[in-house]
Amino acid sequence: MSTLEIDRVRKSYGSLEVLKEVSISIGTGDFLVLLGPSGCGKSTLLNMIAGLETITGGQIRIAGNVVNDLSPKDRDIAMVFQSYALYPTMTVRQNIEFGMKIRRTSTADRERAVKAAADMLQITHLLERKPSQLSGGQRQRVAMGRAIVRQPKLFLFDEPLSNLDAKLRVDMRTEIKRLHARLGTTIVYVTHDQIEAMTLATRVAVMKDGVVQHLDEPQAVYDRPANVYVARFVGAPAMNIIPGTLQVEGTTAVAVVDVMNRSPARIPGISISAEAARKYAGKKILVGIRPENFSIGNDAGRASLTVDVDVVEPTGPDTLVVFQLGGVEVTARLPPKQASAGTPAALSIDTSKIVLFDADTEARID
Amino acid sequence: MVIPAVVLSTGVGAINGYILTKWRFAGSNFVFGMLLFGCFLPFQAVILPMAQLLGALRLSGTIPGLVLVHTVYGISFTTLFFRNYFITIPDELTKAAQIDGAGFFRIFFSVMLPTALPIIVVSCIWQFTQIWNDFLFGVSFTAGQSSPITVALNNIVNVTMGRKQYNVDMAAAMIAAIPTLIVYVVAGRYFVRGLTAGAVKG
Repeated sequence: MSTLEIDRVRKSYGSLEVLKEVSISIGTGDFLVLLGPSGCGKSTLLNMIAGLETITGGQIRIAGNVVNDLSPKDRDIAMVFQSYALYPTMTVRQNIEFGMKIRRTSTADRERAVKAAADMLQITHLLERKPSQLSGGQRQRVAMGRAIVRQPKLFLFDEPLSNLDAKLRVDMRTEIKRLHARLGTTIVYVTHDQIEAMTLATRVAVMKDGVVQHLDEPQAVYDRPANVYVARFVGAPAMNIIPGTLQVEGTTAVAVVDVMNRSPARIPGISISAEAARKYAGKKILVGIRPENFSIGNDAGRASLTVDVDVVEPTGPDTLVVFQLGGVEVTARLPPKQASAGTPAALSIDTSKIVLFDADTEARID
Repeated sequence: MVIPAVVLSTGVGAINGYILTKWRFAGSNFVFGMLLFGCFLPFQAVILPMAQLLGALRLSGTIPGLVLVHTVYGISFTTLFFRNYFITIPDELTKAAQIDGAGFFRIFFSVMLPTALPIIVVSCIWQFTQIWNDFLFGVSFTAGQSSPITVALNNIVNVTMGRKQYNVDMAAAMIAAIPTLIVYVVAGRYFVRGLTAGAVKG
């Protein structure tokens, strides 16, 4: 039993409001990722869960108990910091043991816990070294070891991979995922890297300016983002947001977008609720299309259009093709060597993946 | 006389520095500013009020009185040392220790002090030299048996009957200088390391 409920939590420093009524609730064994740019309040929220920052309003409950006024040590949590925060004068063993020593765990139990954690993280041979003698990845493991031995209800990770190089980051990401699968503990993980969020999370909370924009499973956040901000933040290259107008034909909608130097393109067959169809018929909207939902060639039965290719960026497995649509730059992810700059290209669009947004509120239209 | 004064002022300075960096409270910067102000106070300015205070505490003319004077005067400097050292230690370290369940003093003794060895040495050398070599406080607040070595040296050199005995004067000066020399020789290599510790990382 280690659920976490964040109930209308607010945080302000004087008149500056950092968090505005954040509510998140996750179950036992969930992996929650708080995703957002720097300054969105995600680290503040994590520190509040840890008890390192006071809560201005609302409640935080761990396993059903209100922890608002508990000190960090009484909350039964463990935390891994971005800078690892290993005690520099202690050996790896002493670092891992420190928390247990304070809690007066018996020597035999301590030995056993350290050994189990060290085996799991493959740092047994490093136990007698000082943190300064370790590489970044090894320090990261030690920091995780220090968290594991406590067997807490809740793990908190504060951008743990940001200080590692690109290759190691991918390795450690897999490691964390494996750890979660093995321990089954509830985890709250803060990052600004949307790939980490997509790969690790069972639940993603995209935050901006102290407000949760979208809380859902990673795939749902990716496929049906709640608003334009989430659509742009999750996924690389970002989702294309193209201004256009909506026409209704029977039960489906048609989005009409301008194509540079050509007649406007019609993208038919977008599913939309009857209510939204009534509301937005003939109105300006924003059309969200992921780069990979474009494909080459005029496919019968799919929405198709012809564009003038502006730039071609080969990435290896596929090629990013940039062109103008509705007055904005649009990127399509196509197979290699299918288009070249300065020539027209016929593209089709997977309309089942299109997401429509309100032009003013930028919220998703269902 | 010197040793308790050095230990006390270093200890208080360490705790002050720890609180001023890791347990910020409203107005902590102001407190630090006022403590810094203490560094600029000349000895002469505090003699009279200090004498009155010692009189009120019934410590005038005693060694504990002199220890108190040196400790209080030294706190400004030691706090400055420790504050500037501890500010280079990331806050996450204290946060991690808090989550591990360590309290205020546990963090101080287990996490902060072991990392602060270079600055402890600097503070000790600085305070030792200051206090050992001090003449003004010694001559003002002590008398007779309890007077420190600088005062005694002065008495030997300046109070002579008949022919001036330079050999005795020199020997006495040598004896007075030896402890500071020893401290520098033993702890000297930490001194430079500690002084530059905050300046360059790694």
